Amino acid sequence: MPENLFKLNAKEYILPGSRACQGCGLSLAYRYMLKALRENTIVTLPACCLCVLQGIYPSTPVMIPALNNSFASTAASASGIVAGLQALNRSDTTVVAIAGDGGTFDMGIQSLSGAAERETDFIYVCYDNEGYMNTGTQRSSATPLGAITTTTPILTKQQHKKDFIKIVEAHDIPYLAAVSPSYPIDLYEKFVKAKKIKGTRYIHMHIGCPPGWVYPPKDTVKMGRLAVETGLAVLFEVEDGKFRFTGRSKTIAQKGNRLPVINYVEKQGRFKKMNIEQLNQLQVWVDKKWDEYMRRAEG
Amino acid sequence: MSKVQIMTGNQAAAIGAMLSNVQVVAAYPITPQSQLAEIMSQYIEGGKLRAEYVRVESEHSALTVCISASTVGARVFTATSANGLLYMHEQLHWAAGARLPIIMCCVNRGVGAPWTIFNDQQDSFSQRDTGWIQIYCRNNQEILDTVIQAYRIAEKVYVPVMVCFDGFVLSHTMMPVEIPDAGKVRNFLPPYKPHTILSSEDPRNINPVLFPWRRENSEGILCDGYMEMRYKLQAALENAREVIMETDHAFHEVFGRKHGGMIWEYKTEDAELILTGMGSIASEATTAADMLRAEGVKAGAVGIRVFRPFPKDDVREAFKKARAIIIFEKAISYGYEGGLCSDLKSAFYGTDIKAPIHGYVAGLGGRDVKARELAEAAKASLADMKAGHIEKNTTWLNCHTG
Repeated sequence: MPENLFKLNAKEYILPGSRACQGCGLSLAYRYMLKALRENTIVTLPACCLCVLQGIYPSTPVMIPALNNSFASTAASASGIVAGLQALNRSDTTVVAIAGDGGTFDMGIQSLSGAAERETDFIYVCYDNEGYMNTGTQRSSATPLGAITTTTPILTKQQHKKDFIKIVEAHDIPYLAAVSPSYPIDLYEKFVKAKKIKGTRYIHMHIGCPPGWVYPPKDTVKMGRLAVETGLAVLFEVEDGKFRFTGRSKTIAQKGNRLPVINYVEKQGRFKKMNIEQLNQLQVWVDKKWDEYMRRAEG
Repeated sequence: MSKVQIMTGNQAAAIGAMLSNVQVVAAYPITPQSQLAEIMSQYIEGGKLRAEYVRVESEHSALTVCISASTVGARVFTATSANGLLYMHEQLHWAAGARLPIIMCCVNRGVGAPWTIFNDQQDSFSQRDTGWIQIYCRNNQEILDTVIQAYRIAEKVYVPVMVCFDGFVLSHTMMPVEIPDAGKVRNFLPPYKPHTILSSEDPRNINPVLFPWRRENSEGILCDGYMEMRYKLQAALENAREVIMETDHAFHEVFGRKHGGMIWEYKTEDAELILTGMGSIASEATTAADMLRAEGVKAGAVGIRVFRPFPKDDVREAFKKARAIIIFEKAISYGYEGGLCSDLKSAFYGTDIKAPIHGYVAGLGGRDVKARELAEAAKASLADMKAGHIEKNTTWLNCHTG
């Protein structure tokens, strides 16, 4: 494991001038992800925030070849790239599908499930900013309970976030990990590891969104850390079915110093209508998920 | 060496794809296409064809796999029918917009609701405006040959081609088909060269977001906007006519068979009455024309082989001596008339072709249409025309409309 950021691949694959919003957590995550994957990688993506980050024709700040496809088709597109490269004897290329939570939890679930079941040799990355941020912060099945979105503007979201990682894990894939760009070395290391493994690999990135979550752009790293410190995002990996905490989550699991969710919720405008009952429900939900992880880590 | 075998339309299509040395196949089963998907699996699993077969979870993914595999440079093949084709609709636009030479067989079937598994052409007709070349086959030999021709056409003009043939009527009907020599097919089809290479040495962002206006790239060169790209797709389809004609001609030189290029004609030299349609119903119309000739009516038939790009110049030539034109089609533009009927009328606008035109909608959802019935319908139309009923509404053949 590289002990500090200076030990990571120094090459930059995203040049200045991306079209992402100020303070976008995806910009950070994508930067470290590409540093870990390096050259000889092909990325495929649907219509999403990343599609905007990738730039407007005819310019792009990204130095890795990318293929845009329609919203429901990210993993199927990766399947096509893998099959095409295989047919052309170019199978040493790392194929990466990357989509947001809308394109993964909701519309992309079918093609992802299909590709994973076929044991397609690719990395699927979900960058989860907890809503349809590219289209203006509408509710997705990844939006947490109590959050205001533009389609839950008055009552807030009434349901918990879908535990999508569990659905992916049910496909018995060889490698699955959850990361946050607030912990770039942990993120980097997991991509380096994923690149070496054959078969379908899934990496879940929890991504802060200043306009969608309503916090100052300078606080993206802080929001990501608070998410991990409260257990709303957990850093872990599952390798051949074996679960283990990593990085900050591992320390929290060892020390038992997980913060209450209010520390995270109170910093974001999207939760300003959250009532005490919802706050309690969210805490109970996080505690239950955390306990499940703790049991798996011990078992 | 070529040889003749008795086979179904689905088998003929599969052999055409195998001889074209397709490298990636992705398909999802649907009646009446499923046999075609199964045969391709047999070829690949049995080692007769060296290709990747992606057994996708939906038609939307089937075409997506083809799109991405074609983008990286593989020759791809898929096939579907009816609602499967409709489920692909978004990706049909994507494939054409991305200028990928994908070949797809559409084994024509009526669409739900209500369900029918039987033949009509509403499925492919409803995808007319997606930017694909559409070719309608009239028999199993033409299916096999057209799949091969389609790769040569598509890879020259960078437009996908839909090879359409009637479900059950052709897909499940055995006919003698001559199988071309594999070596000759290899020579006929040069290797596929993708228009863009996806590589780290020259990273590109393919199919990105565009602004409405044109923009300069980093070297200061003004690049196309969305509208210029759409214009180029339209121009490619218009220019495809020449490639389609050249391909049919070259195919004839090598294999001794020609299918007409854009259209085919039957006894039209002296025909006063011309029956027309697409696919097997047009083939049936040749028999009807012979029946009419036996009764003293100078009848002929024209098959519209290529529906998009529309063979405007070809039909203007073929129909210029016609005194009456009767169209039989297995699809309709709801609220108006058959799409072929509208297209022919518009092609004749401003020409000397003033013949009365009667449109028939026939054979929807597999309703049987016999040559005798086409002949009788033609006679009824002729009588109407003679009585001065020029502006006749579309007639639904063999349909209880009362």
